[in-house]
Amino acid sequence: MSDELALVLESLRETALAVAPIAVILVVFQRFVLRRHLVDLRRIVVGFVFVVVGMAVFLTGLQEALFPLGRVMAEQLTSPELIGVDPALATWSDYWWVYVFGAAIGFATTLAEPALIAVAIKAAEVSAGTINAWGLRISVAIGVAIGIAVGCLRIVTGGPLPVYIISGYVVVALLSWKAPSPILALAFDTGGVTTSTVTVPLVAALGLGLATTIPDRSPLVDGFGLIAFASLFPMVTVLVHAHLATRRARHAHIPQEA
Amino acid sequence: MAPDVETRHGDAGRAEPRGRGVVGLVTGVFRHDVAGSVRDLLPIVLVVAFFQAVVLRQGIPGVGRIVVGAVAVVVGLALFVRGLRLALFPVGEQMAFGFARKGSTAWLVAFAFALGFTTTVAEPALIAVAAEAADVAALGGAIADSEAARASYATGLRLTVAVSVGLAIVVGVLRIIRGWSIRVLIIGGYVGVLLMTLVAPADIVGIAYDAGGVTTSTVTVPLVTALGVGLASSIRGRNPLTDGFGLIAFASLTPMMFVMAYGMVA
Repeated sequence: MSDELALVLESLRETALAVAPIAVILVVFQRFVLRRHLVDLRRIVVGFVFVVVGMAVFLTGLQEALFPLGRVMAEQLTSPELIGVDPALATWSDYWWVYVFGAAIGFATTLAEPALIAVAIKAAEVSAGTINAWGLRISVAIGVAIGIAVGCLRIVTGGPLPVYIISGYVVVALLSWKAPSPILALAFDTGGVTTSTVTVPLVAALGLGLATTIPDRSPLVDGFGLIAFASLFPMVTVLVHAHLATRRARHAHIPQEA
Repeated sequence: MAPDVETRHGDAGRAEPRGRGVVGLVTGVFRHDVAGSVRDLLPIVLVVAFFQAVVLRQGIPGVGRIVVGAVAVVVGLALFVRGLRLALFPVGEQMAFGFARKGSTAWLVAFAFALGFTTTVAEPALIAVAAEAADVAALGGAIADSEAARASYATGLRLTVAVSVGLAIVVGVLRIIRGWSIRVLIIGGYVGVLLMTLVAPADIVGIAYDAGGVTTSTVTVPLVTALGVGLASSIRGRNPLTDGFGLIAFASLTPMMFVMAYGMVA
C-alpha cells in the first residue's frame, strides 16, 4: 500500500508542477492587469485542489492498471502467433482483430477523456440543452474509433500518411462548406481534445506493436500518425451528426406546415 | 434543498450551491460525480474484458492491482470534474469578463499568448514527442547523433511548439473579438499544412501531425474553452456557441506547421 501511496505522491508532485505555471499566469494577470478580486475565491481554491488531486489519482490509476494491460494486449494482438500467418506473407485482412480492437479501445478511451468531458459540459451549457453532452461525446468516440481503425490499416498496408490526412482535410473542408453549422467551431475543437491523457498512450502502444511486427515498417516513422487519424475523424463524425440532426429536424417540421 | 437526481453531464447550467463548507463540497463529489465516472470508465473495462476472454483467451495477470487502479481512475475523474466546475470554468469566465470590461485588446492578447505558451512548454506529452523527434532526426542524419545535439534539438522543438500554441490562442481570441470566419481560418490552416508537407523532410511529417493532437492538456482545455465562451458572451453581437469555441482547433493546427518548419530549419 505504501508503494501506491508513493506513486500517488509522485504523481501529485508532477501534476502540481504542471499546473503551477498556469496558476502563476492567472494570478499575475488577475492581480496586476485586471486588478479585481475573483468572485468566491474559496470555492476556486478548493476546486483547484480537486483538479490537482483528481488528476494525480486518475493518472496513477491509469499508469498502474490500465496502461500496462493495454500495452500487453496491443503486443499480443499484433504478434505473429495471434495473426496465425507468417508476417511476410500476411495480407491486410489477416490483421482484422487489430482493427476491431483499435476501434473498440479508441471508442472506449475517448469516453473517459477528461478534456472532452469538459468541452461537452460547456457545449451543453451554452447551447441551452440543444446539444446533449453525452451525444456529442459518443459522436466524437465513433470518430476516434473509425480513425484508429483506418490508421491501423494504413500501417499494415503502408500507404503514405500525408495522402490519407490531406484527403481527410478535403472531406472536412467540403463538409464545412456544404453543410454550414452553428457548431462548426465546436466540431473543429473536438479534433484537438479527443486525444490526450487516456487515448494517446494506449493508441501509441498499438501503433508501435503493429509497426514492429510488420516487416519493412519502422516503429519510429510508421508508429507515428495514429494520433493524427484520431484527431481527424471526430471532426467528420461531429459535422455529419450535426448535419443529419438538422435535416431530421427540418423533415419533421415540413408535414406540420403542410 | 431539493434532492438532486440529475446526472452529472446533464446538469450543465445548474449553479453550485454557495456557502457550503469544504466538507459539503467533498461529499458532493461522491454523491454526484462517482456514478458518472463509473459510466465513463465502464466501456474500457468491457473492451479489455471482451478481448481478454474471447480473443486472447488468457487470464488477466494481477487482477487485484487492476481493480485498485480502476477505483483510483473513477475517484480521480470524479474529483477532476468537480474541480472543473468549481475552479477552471469560473476562472476562465471571470478572466474573460474582466478583460472584456477592461476593453484592452493588447492585454488580452498578452494573456492569451502567455496562457498558450506556459501550458504547452511544460506539457509531459510534448516532452515525450520532442524526445522521439530528436531520435528520428539523429537517425536520419539531420543532426549529429550525440546526447547534446539531441537535447538541444528537443528543447528547440518544445519552444517552437509552445510559441505556436501561444500564437494560436492569440489568433483564436482575435477571431472572437473581430468576428473572423472560422471556416476560412481553419481551411487556410489546412492549406498551410498541405504546402508545408510538400516541402518538409518526410521523417518529420508524422511527428508534426501527431504534435497537433498532444499539445492541448487536460487543464488547458477547460480554461481556454471557458475563456472563449466567456469572451463571446460578453462581446455584443457574438454568440457563445458559434463564436466561443475554436480556440483548441487553432492550437491543434499551428503546431503541425511549426514543427514541419522546425524540421526544415533545424
